[in-house]
Amino acid sequence: MKTAAYLCGGCGIAEQLDTARLAAIAEREGKVDLVREHPFLCSAEGVQAIREGIDKDGATHVMLAACSRRAKTEAFYFPDVAVARANLREGVVWIQEKGEAAQEMADDYVRMACAELKRMQVPKAGPDTGKSKRVLVVGGGISGLTAALEAAEAGYEALIVEKEAALGGWAARLHRRIPERAPFKDPAETGVPALVDAVTRNSRIKLQLGTTVAQTAGAPGRFRVTLSNGRTEEVGAIVQASGFSLYDAARLAEFSYGKSPDIVDQAGLEALAKKSIPIRRPSDNKEVKQVVFVQCAGQRDDSGKHLPYCSGHCCATSMKQAMYFKDANPAVDTVVIYTDLRVPGNGEDFYRSAQAKGVTFTKGKVSAVEADGAVKFRDLILDEDTQIKADLVVLATGQVPNSGVNIDNPDEPDANGAKPISILNLEYRQGSDLPRLAHGFSDSHFICFPYETRRTGIYTAGPVRRPMDIAQAVEDATGAALKAIQATENAALGRAAHPRSGDLSFPLVRLDGCTQCKRCTVECPFGAIDEDEKRYPVFNESRCRRCSTCMGACPVRVISFENYSVDSVGAQIKAVGIPDETEEKPRILILACENDAYPALDMAGLQRVKYSAAVRVIPVRCLGSVNQVWVTDALNAGYDGIMLLGCKHGDDYQCHFVRGSALAAERMSKIDDTLKQLALENERVITCEAAITDIARLPRLIDEYAQTIERIGLSPLKGFA
Amino acid sequence: MSAYQGDFLKEVEARVEEGEWVKMCMQCGVCAGSCPFGPHWEHSPQKIFMMIRAGKREEVLTSDAMWMCTSCYNCVVRCPRKLPITQIMHGLATYAHRLGLAPKMQPTRRFSVTFWSNLTRTGRVNELKLVLQVYFRNGFAAGLKEFWNMRRVGLRLLAAKRMNPFELVFPHRCKDAKGIQRMLAKACEIENRKRGFSQ
Repeated sequence: MKTAAYLCGGCGIAEQLDTARLAAIAEREGKVDLVREHPFLCSAEGVQAIREGIDKDGATHVMLAACSRRAKTEAFYFPDVAVARANLREGVVWIQEKGEAAQEMADDYVRMACAELKRMQVPKAGPDTGKSKRVLVVGGGISGLTAALEAAEAGYEALIVEKEAALGGWAARLHRRIPERAPFKDPAETGVPALVDAVTRNSRIKLQLGTTVAQTAGAPGRFRVTLSNGRTEEVGAIVQASGFSLYDAARLAEFSYGKSPDIVDQAGLEALAKKSIPIRRPSDNKEVKQVVFVQCAGQRDDSGKHLPYCSGHCCATSMKQAMYFKDANPAVDTVVIYTDLRVPGNGEDFYRSAQAKGVTFTKGKVSAVEADGAVKFRDLILDEDTQIKADLVVLATGQVPNSGVNIDNPDEPDANGAKPISILNLEYRQGSDLPRLAHGFSDSHFICFPYETRRTGIYTAGPVRRPMDIAQAVEDATGAALKAIQATENAALGRAAHPRSGDLSFPLVRLDGCTQCKRCTVECPFGAIDEDEKRYPVFNESRCRRCSTCMGACPVRVISFENYSVDSVGAQIKAVGIPDETEEKPRILILACENDAYPALDMAGLQRVKYSAAVRVIPVRCLGSVNQVWVTDALNAGYDGIMLLGCKHGDDYQCHFVRGSALAAERMSKIDDTLKQLALENERVITCEAAITDIARLPRLIDEYAQTIERIGLSPLKGFA
Repeated sequence: MSAYQGDFLKEVEARVEEGEWVKMCMQCGVCAGSCPFGPHWEHSPQKIFMMIRAGKREEVLTSDAMWMCTSCYNCVVRCPRKLPITQIMHGLATYAHRLGLAPKMQPTRRFSVTFWSNLTRTGRVNELKLVLQVYFRNGFAAGLKEFWNMRRVGLRLLAAKRMNPFELVFPHRCKDAKGIQRMLAKACEIENRKRGFSQ
């Protein structure tokens, strides 16, 4: 190991800080072999100087004391050496007035970076590099067909596994679809035959019809999939497009479904339209003269008996179906009873078109449908109970995702009361199917990372991810196909997938120290860790997202990464110079999530928001990676307070690693015992939720905490370590 | 006629001015919220449109709601569906009046009738006459009382030569009153034909 330190003087650093003193610290305390100062380190000459240090002087570990690690990443890109960064710009000069306090802060950041540097290695890329680039698509509906075709057109092999004997899914059963093109006025052809044809003729796509997935084992780049017909296929990534089932209208006793053939659900109406236009009613085969559509049948239900959510497509679907009648015979009365019309996409145009065609929309809540076709409802505009006598009633029931087994509760029936059947049959320690986000939908975060499930290399598309219509499913499938391709490429190079895309580090385990406590295998948010027959953890690096939650969990600290470990952070904590109690200078350790809290602090710096000079910030991959030993060590070292800044957790979590901040909160809730043992106040360790937008709030929180520390006084543990 | 079967809606579309717009209402309620007279009338435009769709013919046409419209056009400006709500209100009022269903004693309706007959007689509005007709609409005694109450305004108008008492006897006429009357009769005839009235 040969270490080199480069200190930048640009962006006001040299004006506000004594860089000679920093250089001296790097040399004497940091024991860095080669220390250089440069007035403008990210300039071509500055970068050249670093390059020479690496190439000519043989530096293997480089410390850059300049700006935040999130800045100038292109200039400071040295993949062949280990790089540690001391954040003197956003972390010191932009948030502090010139003076001794700022200088001490900078001194500490240089000490910390030097300490971290020596405990880092250049990541060598995960050894678990399956080379298969093939994409398995589970489900042959619109979403699955689109995903396979998109992957094939991008040059990748695809395999479609469909449980039915024919392709097309729900869309193939439709008479017409909601229009996807301007002027969005009339129902359009479904386009399914053309899509099926394109898929069938594509040489890169193989089909397995009438087949299901019996077992899925392995990891991205090397999934080994056994099909129900006994065949085994090797694939690199999986798109699960298993679609939805219609909510069973028979569960809606008050709507008399099943008591009369003239009360149908939306699928039933499509079947009637496919049979004949003008549509005839099933009971007497007479042409329908008065049809009523009941929206939100068993949806958006707050009684707890039916689906609590909106399926998104049903309003536009009912408009389309009303047009089946109106386009054939404008004299047919079509009434849509709704509580709120929701027409995403270009649905407003379609809605207007339906109104122009004479479809009557009535805001009301249906209480009952009699078997003779009397629809009883409360008109919410006129505020009265009333009824319509219809020849045919259509119930707009919702989408129930075909998401397989709920791995948290494997015997739980689905919303239709059916016994769940696993879709993927994953050979994962954490369960046979994908973890769910809400209401049985397999997603991990609607807004920040769609398609990303909590199983790396497996992406969901279409209504299994969230309720949606055809247009959205097509978009969804395209996105998922590209994600799947990305996953195979990353896996082949041993790189991480989202959100640490391209990260080459991977978990290293010292198994001889493992006590088989299972915390890592249980807590891994991505199910990356299995167990071998001796109950030791088996890390599947390609499934790993590098959040280091396992590292935070491990009580015996045997899990680490080449460039991020219990030791690399612990050494930084210990490197900070803690003033003795007579100096009355508090020191507060901040462990900040690198995804939200740390960027927010950087932006606070960018906006020159000032905050306490007592803080020393260490970015962590995720709050889930915070090992409790860091907290204990910091307290023992004499820090006066510790702030953990992580993402929001709970139902509407913002954690990029889904469970990290929740696990951290859980672990830290037990920190009080430690504090009690050390005879310290509860306020010495606090956990705060922070979002990337908390640019103004975070400095305020920090200052408030600094005041709290001032109030409770300095830590009594100074000088013992 | 049964509820929600659209018969009345079709009638309104065929026979009421701008009535074909009623089906395009999306029941957002912005008109109801925008109307400065909102609290003072029986049904908001939103509700009137829903009643039409629900087939409440009698209730709509005998209502005084559309007579309360002051033509401020606030609703028209704000309607996200660009419905000519003010025109529809007047259209409905006219239609109800012609069918003889409009409330007889509704002040706006009575004033409108007075105004129209005053105007069409000479082709010009005789303001003095109009004012007297309005004052004495509820009988001689009430008219005298109103007349007395407004005497100061009247005298000042006289002094400022803004009111000429001789207009009562020798009203101004337009150049070709007969021509105007013929024109209006023709317009009525066309309108009647279009809206399906026999007279």
